[in-house]
Amino acid sequence: MKFIAILLLAVLLCSCGPGTRSAVVVAGSTSVQPYAEVLAEEYAKRYPGRDVDIQGGGSSAGIRAAQSGTADIGMSSRGLSGDELQMWSAEIARDGLAMIVHPNNALDSLTPEEVRAVYTGRVTNWGELGGPEGRIHVITREEGSGTRGAFEDMLMEGQMITLKAIVQNTNGSVRQLVSNDASSIGFISLGLVDDTVKALQLDGVEATGENVTNGSYMLFRPFIFVSEGEPDGSVMQFIEFTMSPEGQAILAGEGLVSSGEVARR
Amino acid sequence: MKISARTSEKIAKTLIWTAAVFVLAVLMFIILYILVKGLPVINWGFLTQVPRSMGREGGVSSTIVGTLMVTSVAVLIAAPFGIGTAFYLAEYTKGGFITRVIRFSAESLAGIPSIVYGLFGFIFFVIYLDLGWSVLSGGLTLAFMILPTIIRTSEEAIRSVPKIYREVSFSLSATKTQTIFKVVLPSALRGIANGIILSIGRCIAETAAVMLTAGSALRMSRSLFDPTRTMAVHFYILAVEGISMENAYGTAALLIIIIFLINVVANTLVNRFVR
Amino acid sequence: MKNGFKDKLSERVFLALALSSISAIALITVFIVIQGAPIIGKVGLRDFIFGMTWAPSQGKFGIFPMIIGSLSVTLGAVVLGVPVGICGAVFLAEFAPAAVRNLFRPAIQLLAGIPSVVYGFWGLIFIVPFIRDNLGGPGLSILAGSIVLAIMILPTIITISEVQILALPRQYKEGALALGMTHWQAIYSVQLPAAKSGIVAAVVLGIGRAMGETMAVIMVLGNAPGIPTSILDPVRTLTTNIGIEMGYAAGDHRQALFATGIVLFVIIMILNITAQFITRKK
Repeated sequence: MKFIAILLLAVLLCSCGPGTRSAVVVAGSTSVQPYAEVLAEEYAKRYPGRDVDIQGGGSSAGIRAAQSGTADIGMSSRGLSGDELQMWSAEIARDGLAMIVHPNNALDSLTPEEVRAVYTGRVTNWGELGGPEGRIHVITREEGSGTRGAFEDMLMEGQMITLKAIVQNTNGSVRQLVSNDASSIGFISLGLVDDTVKALQLDGVEATGENVTNGSYMLFRPFIFVSEGEPDGSVMQFIEFTMSPEGQAILAGEGLVSSGEVARR
Repeated sequence: MKISARTSEKIAKTLIWTAAVFVLAVLMFIILYILVKGLPVINWGFLTQVPRSMGREGGVSSTIVGTLMVTSVAVLIAAPFGIGTAFYLAEYTKGGFITRVIRFSAESLAGIPSIVYGLFGFIFFVIYLDLGWSVLSGGLTLAFMILPTIIRTSEEAIRSVPKIYREVSFSLSATKTQTIFKVVLPSALRGIANGIILSIGRCIAETAAVMLTAGSALRMSRSLFDPTRTMAVHFYILAVEGISMENAYGTAALLIIIIFLINVVANTLVNRFVR
Repeated sequence: MKNGFKDKLSERVFLALALSSISAIALITVFIVIQGAPIIGKVGLRDFIFGMTWAPSQGKFGIFPMIIGSLSVTLGAVVLGVPVGICGAVFLAEFAPAAVRNLFRPAIQLLAGIPSVVYGFWGLIFIVPFIRDNLGGPGLSILAGSIVLAIMILPTIITISEVQILALPRQYKEGALALGMTHWQAIYSVQLPAAKSGIVAAVVLGIGRAMGETMAVIMVLGNAPGIPTSILDPVRTLTTNIGIEMGYAAGDHRQALFATGIVLFVIIMILNITAQFITRKK
């Protein structure tokens, strides 16, 4: 009869019912995720016992999770659209997008037209861009990614990214590949650029937080927290912490641009 | 020109030896490489600290707990159903229609790719039953995944119990139920346990299905409804995103050691079982 | 009477457990079909399967490149892995000294249990750079995926084939040797043909495993949704299409990923049934 006992146990396990979740759940964009992790760590240090869980999954999945209550807060790295605009939302910061190449790449700057030519597949050789001869290995993000969406909106002018482009599904893996392949080009969140890759200037403008703030660097997108209805209690406390000068300073320290400082364009 | 039987024997032998040595060398190289890079990373702190800065620093304790929780849920739920099904197949049916359907389903279930289990678990447990990304969703999804293994290994174990045991039991006027629980089950227990241990190994090694259903939260989960990240998922994220190669190797080495121990236990069980 | 009742009861309980186990497969099928079928209806089955362009943001859902991807990577894995695997099985069953066999078997068993992401990672740090530096292209390629999968299906093929060879009646081999055949001739012209159906079933299972693998190939294939023109091109398979885009997908896009799952499911079921048919015929 042992296994009937186990069966009963299983039934018991299933019947505890939901609602025993012990923490605020934040889910969504893998671009926002690393910054949210840092926020959550600092928040937990400051207020022991108030836990925040950070999940990846992607912008759309995060927004959907917030709508359905699977998550308390959804993270989006793209603008909201359609029925998403009905939700409660707060722009927590802005993030530049950096075009990155291998540190040994001879090029320092590309024009938006050149980037577009590379990503549509019209230009396939570094020689055509003024570099040494060699095939360009184009790396992009997957369909549906907020980062890809922002890149398409700002640079592609409605043209399609070539189907021959290598697809990766996180900023980290794009950076990892570019740092290992001297012929590659990709785009990642500005805050994640480190010395393993080189960020290209766009039209001669350096990809920095400052240049995003003063409006001279054109590639950036908002990081948004969304919630189904006005958040309250522990959920609101975490959002307030994020928006506080302290929270914003943490984000700025990680390379993001505080929303308040952005020159409206 | 025809090659003599002697020469072809020599050539074939050489080829086969080469292939075998090559296979073993490649496979051993993969394991040893990971162990050499990973073992120095593993220490008490690595095992007991929670990951910090997305896993760049700190240890892997929360992912060990996550793996344990997800695996336990999967096994606790799949084992009764799997063993029960095996008993039905081995003890009650005589090759009728229902048996054929059950066996066909079990075998088909065994071949379904884990990503499909992941899709199913995501839509059914996470969304439809509204369990969210949680230990429970991940564990239930894995329960579906390991069910066929448990059915097959348990059925084999039950069938390998000598007929005479049952006959003696019946001749002592025991009922069928008594025979199954007092005679067959104890004799088949080692074989059944072996199947369960192999299933535990599969749960620990799975990545795609758990990622879609249990989530990837790094915090220590405290309840079945918390999201979690298993060690295999943690390794994948660390390695692919280049967060920390050192900790990635450490996690991978830990996984290999666990799988190794599981195999040792399973082999010991099988050997005793055969004797 | 009471005992008879108990027997009836326990039979019922076992039957109930068995039926709920098999309803699992119904449940999985139903939920995936419910999620994926609408988009197939909307796009049209032919355009979905034979469509050349996968661009969900523009409403284009053609998975033909992924079908080509899955087939080419799997074919590569079979070409590289099966001969070596069968050699390994013959070695274990016929040539290996006991000491070697006792090392080899548990090693193979261990390797079958290692998480697939570990193999993918190994491919990413060894195979991919090797291909990039020596053969050209980005390294992330059909070839890299085939090599990783070939290694991953080896344990399956070796273990099952070995069992099949060992299961043959001793007389097959002894008879062949008595007729003056050399050991290799006996293996090649008697034992292998006799074990053929079992070995084919092992290969089919290996193909199923290769086609169903997700995480390891995401790491080494490059995942480009275009039709590849060489084995050095990056490619996307059915599984990686789901694995790489599931997180962000919504609406039609998500349905299309479930529909990809349906196609994968159907292909794998055909393979499974083939394997079952082959084993049963024996």
